[in-house]
Amino acid sequence: MDEPESIAASTGDVVVLLGTTKGLFALAAGPERDRWALTGPWFRGEEIYAAALDTRRGRTRLLVGATSSHWGPSVYRSDDLGASWTEPEPETLAFPADTGAAVAHVWQLQPAGDAQPDVVYAGVEPAALFRSDDAGLSFRLDRNLWGHEHRPQWQPGGGGLCLHTVVTDPAGGPRLGVGISAAGFYRTLDGTSWEAANVGIRTPFLPDPTPVFGQCVHKVDRHPAEPDTLFLQHHWGVYRSDDFGGRWDEVGADDLPSTFGFPVVADPNHPGHAYVLPLTSDLFRCTPDGRFRVYGTTDGGASWQGLEHGLPQEHAWLTVLRDAFAADALDPAGLYVGTRTGEVFASPDAGATWRELTRHLPPVLCVKTAVMP
Amino acid sequence: MREDGGDALRVVVRLASPLRPFAGGADRLELELPPPITVRAVLDAVAADHPAIGRRVRDEAGTLRRHVNVFVGADNARDLDDSDTLVPEGTEVVVLPAVSGG
Repeated sequence: MDEPESIAASTGDVVVLLGTTKGLFALAAGPERDRWALTGPWFRGEEIYAAALDTRRGRTRLLVGATSSHWGPSVYRSDDLGASWTEPEPETLAFPADTGAAVAHVWQLQPAGDAQPDVVYAGVEPAALFRSDDAGLSFRLDRNLWGHEHRPQWQPGGGGLCLHTVVTDPAGGPRLGVGISAAGFYRTLDGTSWEAANVGIRTPFLPDPTPVFGQCVHKVDRHPAEPDTLFLQHHWGVYRSDDFGGRWDEVGADDLPSTFGFPVVADPNHPGHAYVLPLTSDLFRCTPDGRFRVYGTTDGGASWQGLEHGLPQEHAWLTVLRDAFAADALDPAGLYVGTRTGEVFASPDAGATWRELTRHLPPVLCVKTAVMP
Repeated sequence: MREDGGDALRVVVRLASPLRPFAGGADRLELELPPPITVRAVLDAVAADHPAIGRRVRDEAGTLRRHVNVFVGADNARDLDDSDTLVPEGTEVVVLPAVSGG
């Protein structure tokens, strides 16, 4: 089987990684983001829930959480943009023997900010957080979260009991937040002690409408210049917190066609700007009215506007999963959305205009971006 | 099967083609193990020599992956005693991906 060549990208180019149910693809373009080249697939037949292109310290390290339905999961890495991949050691990402647990899926690979240039977090199923201090060569379990008293009561969401989101402290401090389906948002302020941080998030699917935990958090994002302000897409409801999860307030219920959805993306340039992709409802997880619309806010969620120019507006019954929406770091931000039906749409101007970059891919599980150093 | 703990016995493990790149292209491995030989002991020995095969066949808790089958001769170890299944002298152990997936 012929393997694809490496990603053709050089300094200043934008790379968009596309993790799918059948392998990893990549799109690359110059800073103008007008001419894209598609490469892939790598890891043919494997599910790619997590991917990252780590550009800190000037490196260009691809990290890929790949799961073979036969041969299990692991984290692979490439330092030459996919020309070659390192076979991981069995213990690269593995639960310690005394836990009796085993990694089923790697749901998230999250490099920390530039202040921690060798730290990478991994979120996995069963819900657990791992940390690497060597830029992804090896990971160790966060035993404090694993030992949390709530953990035996955590219930799986539709994708399993997974830790799918890691919110790091851009200043390099110990503060950390994680999203777990369907346990909610958990945070540590000192790096060791974890607490559920779901005050204000309603749970219509539970008898108790405001439990301490049990929320089905779909995704959380924040702007690095305002790390206290978090945007959260819940199973029902879009929320904002201004104190790193100490309290949440629902935003968007008046403007959005639905408050159900999976991803939420904070604009990398403008604090208070964010994007969501509403789906009709819990029971009908397709874009409302057959129209594919991204919604954006420029006022912290007080109001939302449809961003649909160039997106299909007729018979477009599409689904976008929690990690299949991402922004690049340029200004204006490029936005990238992958669908469960294999289309990838992009906007070079923070959602003002869109175009389809490719179609006929396998279902897209994750979309991650980087600007080449 | 020798139960006396005497000299090591030879076991042949046949590998499915997707696993062969992780054994230098070999389609069969020859092991020498002390009796009694179990499927677990065979997989432990394979993992020690070829970690990349080991992690693909069993997870870190030592559980055979759900869509991997280990046959002792013509019998699926899952239908016998799983990892405790004894491997009679002269019987091949075959590691195959299950028919599954979508």
